[in-house]
Amino acid sequence: MALWKNGAFVDDAWREIAEGEDPPPAGHVILPLDWWEQERDAFEGSNAPLGLRVAPGVPIERFARDINRFALIELVFPKFGDGRAFSMARLLRERHGFRGELRATGDVLIDQIQMMARCGFDTFQISDATTERLLRERGAPAYKRFYQPGATPEAPVDSRPWARRPG
Amino acid sequence: MRAGPMHYAISANRLRDGIVVFLGAGGAWVEQLAQAAAYPEKEQAEAALEGARGDEKRNLVVEAFVFPVRQSPAGLVADHIRDAIRAAGPSVYRDHGKQAETR
Amino acid sequence: MYRYDEFDAAFVADRVSAFRDQVSRRLSGDMTEEQFRPHRLMNGLYLQLHAYMLRVAVPYGTLNARQMHKLAHIARVYDKGFGHFTTRQNIQYNWPALSDVPAILDELASVEMHAIQTSGNCIRNVTADHFAGAAADEIEDPRPYAEILRQWSSIHPEFTFLPRKFKIAVNGADWDRAAIQVHDIGYQIVRNEAGEVGFAVYVGGGLGRTPMIARKLRDFLPKADLLAYTQAIVRVYNLEGRRDNKYKARIKILVHEKGVDPMREAVEAEFAAASREFISLPASEIARIKSYFAPPALQARAACDAYEARRQTDPRFAAFAANNVHPHRVAGHGVVTISLKPIGGVPGDATAAQMDAVADLAARYGHDEIRVSHEQNLVLPHVALDDLPAIYDELAANGLATANAGLISDIIACPGLDYCALATARSIPIAQRISERFGEGERARDIGELKIKISGCINACGHHHVGHIGILGLERKGVETYQITLGGSGDETCSLGTLTGPGFSSEEVVDAIERIVNVYMSVRTDRSEDFLAAYRRVGMQPFKEALYETSKGADI
Repeated sequence: MALWKNGAFVDDAWREIAEGEDPPPAGHVILPLDWWEQERDAFEGSNAPLGLRVAPGVPIERFARDINRFALIELVFPKFGDGRAFSMARLLRERHGFRGELRATGDVLIDQIQMMARCGFDTFQISDATTERLLRERGAPAYKRFYQPGATPEAPVDSRPWARRPG
Repeated sequence: MRAGPMHYAISANRLRDGIVVFLGAGGAWVEQLAQAAAYPEKEQAEAALEGARGDEKRNLVVEAFVFPVRQSPAGLVADHIRDAIRAAGPSVYRDHGKQAETR
Repeated sequence: MYRYDEFDAAFVADRVSAFRDQVSRRLSGDMTEEQFRPHRLMNGLYLQLHAYMLRVAVPYGTLNARQMHKLAHIARVYDKGFGHFTTRQNIQYNWPALSDVPAILDELASVEMHAIQTSGNCIRNVTADHFAGAAADEIEDPRPYAEILRQWSSIHPEFTFLPRKFKIAVNGADWDRAAIQVHDIGYQIVRNEAGEVGFAVYVGGGLGRTPMIARKLRDFLPKADLLAYTQAIVRVYNLEGRRDNKYKARIKILVHEKGVDPMREAVEAEFAAASREFISLPASEIARIKSYFAPPALQARAACDAYEARRQTDPRFAAFAANNVHPHRVAGHGVVTISLKPIGGVPGDATAAQMDAVADLAARYGHDEIRVSHEQNLVLPHVALDDLPAIYDELAANGLATANAGLISDIIACPGLDYCALATARSIPIAQRISERFGEGERARDIGELKIKISGCINACGHHHVGHIGILGLERKGVETYQITLGGSGDETCSLGTLTGPGFSSEEVVDAIERIVNVYMSVRTDRSEDFLAAYRRVGMQPFKEALYETSKGADI
């Protein structure tokens, strides 16, 4: 497991908490949504940095009111072909204004990383060995022409309102 | 068509050009079903398939599988129509595919 | 037609070079087949029964002569001299080597073409009426909107891993020639009471193993909202569509299980919430894209002496003119269907020489425009009738003058078990034998309009559910068996065919079709009542009786 951020592998300050495990009061832990819903009172008044792990298929409305409590939200790609988290990321960024770290985890492959970034993800947990090697060797793909606006700053192209370049 | 007793052979597609190939007796891939190895027992074929999986890992072939064949006076023939079309070429263009080479 | 600007050209070049890199990684073993598969599918490359198959996008079925020449060149150099035109207005090559595909994609890019998103669980080639911009019954040319949707959906970061493939069609005429009600989204161009032009929105149609006719979500969508509304539909589908079973993953199942009213509420809520943050389509930009599709300047011609003279003296030409030429909106002109259904031939196949011949005709007589129809034919949309004799002679010299457009031998057939890894039975040989049985002569003309559509498995690529007569090939105990449905239609009166009963063997099925046709001929009120109208009037019973009582030993 390695964490990719801003074009480099970085140390991961966060730790995943399994269902039923007691989180340390210092925070920097990523809590499963169910766990958070049951134990949220325990964090009343605490400023410890918290992360939230959300499975695909969970409606964002279920935790929308708590979004600003989290410094990190982690969305899961159970298989690279399960694209629900792409839409969830855009909704979190564009509709719900989430500004914390948006982390992709699960089956995160090299050729999807730029698409994930364009939907608003900014960190990527890499478990595929080939992806990790290729990222180390050549970095993530960096296409410069898009036919639709993304969540990252991008400049419109010519008169086409749907076409973009990196801003 | 239904000549001798059921045997089993192994087929795959060659990675580079996609062409249908069959596992030959010596472990090499051959292009004609007539040159394929035929195993009397399915277990033998499954064991040979395990060997063929190595050639998938070595990126020589893809999608290897076992299929039933029978011996006929003309040589090995596939038992299922799908495998027979695969071994011959499209039935609507007799000059396309493997059938063109054996005519 | 649309021309690439520098941005479009560079976009395609980027993707070709990425795929070249992926192919080399695959061939060197850096990528497993499992990792490579989504990339080859994103570039239209399948592994089929005999070899790889490359599907090239023909956006909304529009080509120019240069592009058609290039398709011929690819057929000659990288394939066996053939191409196969599909029901999605695309072209498929059946024998490319993986190692040649990057070079083929470079060749395509040189004429502003590609194979992006012709497969995979993404938004596929957007289709449109093949008579667009020429037909007399059109409110507006649908292709500018199809082009806008094509661009917007290309490598969409959010919508490239949908639950399943997603197909959009746009139709601009009263007559639905684009089969929009059997698409994931169908946009019908309409005029509202205020006289504004926009879209009626249909969602959740589709064929496959669970055929469904689309439901209408909106009577009128303003043009400016086209992309925002499409985004809303696809986003609801991406989040809520089923992913547990690929056979229940299309949007039609979501619409069916959720119900059309809750679906509409969800889409409208998403649309309302998103429209502030998303782009609307300015009229100026629509006008700019539309300018690419400006119709050629055709002069209305009152008299067509050369055309009339040939029609009077040459009955074969007269039959071609009657069957294969559709009224053009400009007098003295016609929309010419070039049948890729020669009697006994493979539906949709064209040789490299035929593609070159069609390209030359388009350049010389057709304002450089060619269309591919979802019925697997080619179309010259803008032809002066007085040029038709010369066009006809050239078509005839190339085996392309079959006068059967819309007739019983103009059959749609999927590649079937002759090529397809998913098929359960052959389709093409059945089409060939039906076509030989009825031909293109007086008998076929007397039978009149009759759409036969054949699929070689329940995935229904041959659209059998919407054939006036549909044929579905299945495997039963190792033997090919064919089920027949009657009364389907893909036009604005969309309906799904009804199964006649037990299936027929390959040997029996052509006789069964003939019995069905004989019943029609005996029950129709007169020649003006076509097969579909007669079936809708008399129902299944007489056909059922003829099909199954005779098979119990009685004579026909």
